[in-house]
Amino acid sequence: MAGEIILKVRDIHKSYGSTEVLRGISFDVQKGETKVFIGSSGTGKSTLLRCINQLTVPDRGQVWLHGEEVTHSGKEINRLRQKIGMVFQNFNLFDHLTARKNVEVALIKVRKMNRKEAGDKAMEELVRVGLEDKADLYPAELSGGQAQRVSIARALAMDPDVMLFDEPTSALDPELTGEVLQVMKDLAQNGMTMLVVTHEMGFACSVANEIIFMEKGEILESGSPSELICNPRYDRTKQFLNKLGELYGDIGRQR
Amino acid sequence: MNDTITLIFKALPFILQGTFVTLKIVAGALLVGFICGLALAVGQVYGRPFLSGSVAFYVWFFRGLPNLVLLFLFYYGLFPLMGLDVSAFFIAVTALGLRSSAYQSQLFRGCIQSLGEGQMMAARSLGMTRPQAVWNIILPQALRISLPGWSNEYPILLTDSAVTYAIGVMEILTRGNLVVSRTYQPMPIYMTCALIFIIMNYGGMKMLHLLERRLQIPGFGRGEH
Ligand SMILES: Nc1ncnc2c1ncn2[C@@H]1O[C@H](COP(=O)(O)OP(=O)(O)OP(=O)(O)O)[C@@H](O)[C@H]1O
Ligand SMILES: [Mg+2]
Repeated sequence: MAGEIILKVRDIHKSYGSTEVLRGISFDVQKGETKVFIGSSGTGKSTLLRCINQLTVPDRGQVWLHGEEVTHSGKEINRLRQKIGMVFQNFNLFDHLTARKNVEVALIKVRKMNRKEAGDKAMEELVRVGLEDKADLYPAELSGGQAQRVSIARALAMDPDVMLFDEPTSALDPELTGEVLQVMKDLAQNGMTMLVVTHEMGFACSVANEIIFMEKGEILESGSPSELICNPRYDRTKQFLNKLGELYGDIGRQR
Repeated sequence: MNDTITLIFKALPFILQGTFVTLKIVAGALLVGFICGLALAVGQVYGRPFLSGSVAFYVWFFRGLPNLVLLFLFYYGLFPLMGLDVSAFFIAVTALGLRSSAYQSQLFRGCIQSLGEGQMMAARSLGMTRPQAVWNIILPQALRISLPGWSNEYPILLTDSAVTYAIGVMEILTRGNLVVSRTYQPMPIYMTCALIFIIMNYGGMKMLHLLERRLQIPGFGRGEH
């Protein structure tokens, strides 16, 4: 797949105090591609995703979306962020708004759509994640899986060019994980560009174009699922994959 | 006994006029306290260090002074020094309101901070500016959470409003005192005043409780399901 490169990440560095969390991360993302990031806790996966949409400002390095610099973009960041959807581990739904209003609110306040348009668009996105019948429920009335699907709909409503998922299923019961992964698979198959931090190797194997293994703030190795899983170059990668296997069952298991 | 009842009924219309003054002081101070308190809280949480520091100083100052001292400072000091000739009522609302804002700001700050940074991150990730996120996402939630605690401000201000007697605002206690100075019958009159305060307190708390229920977010609190 030699498509157009829509996201470029170059030499991202980030430290908190004296701890270097990211130590020079670079990669390119092609349109329609899904990249999966794995790596042990504290290696900076979340920080990396947040650096991409500048929720965390990196100390050094650049991010480009469609050739436009996202880092150092000043006020333009609010426009650029609309094009970079983000899904969080613990959903972060707006608790005072119904599912539909959660999806609507940015359309009205940021995209300045009128209520009717925004409402229709919100319903469309809720249909896409299979939750049209939950539109009028509040987050506290939804199951974890439903809440995460609403948060995906909320991000999709902005018509993003790329979606960032930070461990979208790790706060969910195993039974609920599947419904969220299914929505993500559908998205990937419909050509969405996605960066996903997850340890769901079944998902990674069936959807990812590339798996990136991060270690101590660096990319240790990367490759297609079959390359990385069957033939990891480093012992460290092998160890990590074995540990995942022990924790989550056989790698390559399909959901 | 009959004399006492007659006295109370004769004095009542005069004293009851004070309830409107008291209510206006309380409502005014609550409003000043709410608007300033909210602005202070937002400034303290989201402002640069200098702004946060200034808010902390403001809070420390206004919480550290007894009501009466603040009232006198405003009445004899601040406003005359600024060359402003304002009514005692206006001074009462300003002093009690600013003091209340110091307390309210800390209540709001706690509620804003209890939301966690996830809400702000989610809002910003959708392209909202910081003010948009604060206004549309953070404050609607923080204010709902703050309502039970905020209800405290009403009885506090209601009872505090009586100190404005000291600068001659024609509220309930001032009027009661005027009656006492003419009739030399303190007990029945002060008991009448006490009863009025208690009824006002009860009514106000009832209304706040209703408001709290109306603003409830479904699926949250109360344990109804
Ligand atoms: N706001 C912050 N302030 C200080 N340190 C932070 C902050 N955010 C992250 N860190 C530190 O940065 C390191 C990387 O954190 P990060 O959350 O990016 O890791 P991660 O790979 O996502 O881990 P996990 O798999 O547990 O989610 C950790 O050591 C963490 O303590
Ligand atoms: Mg993380």
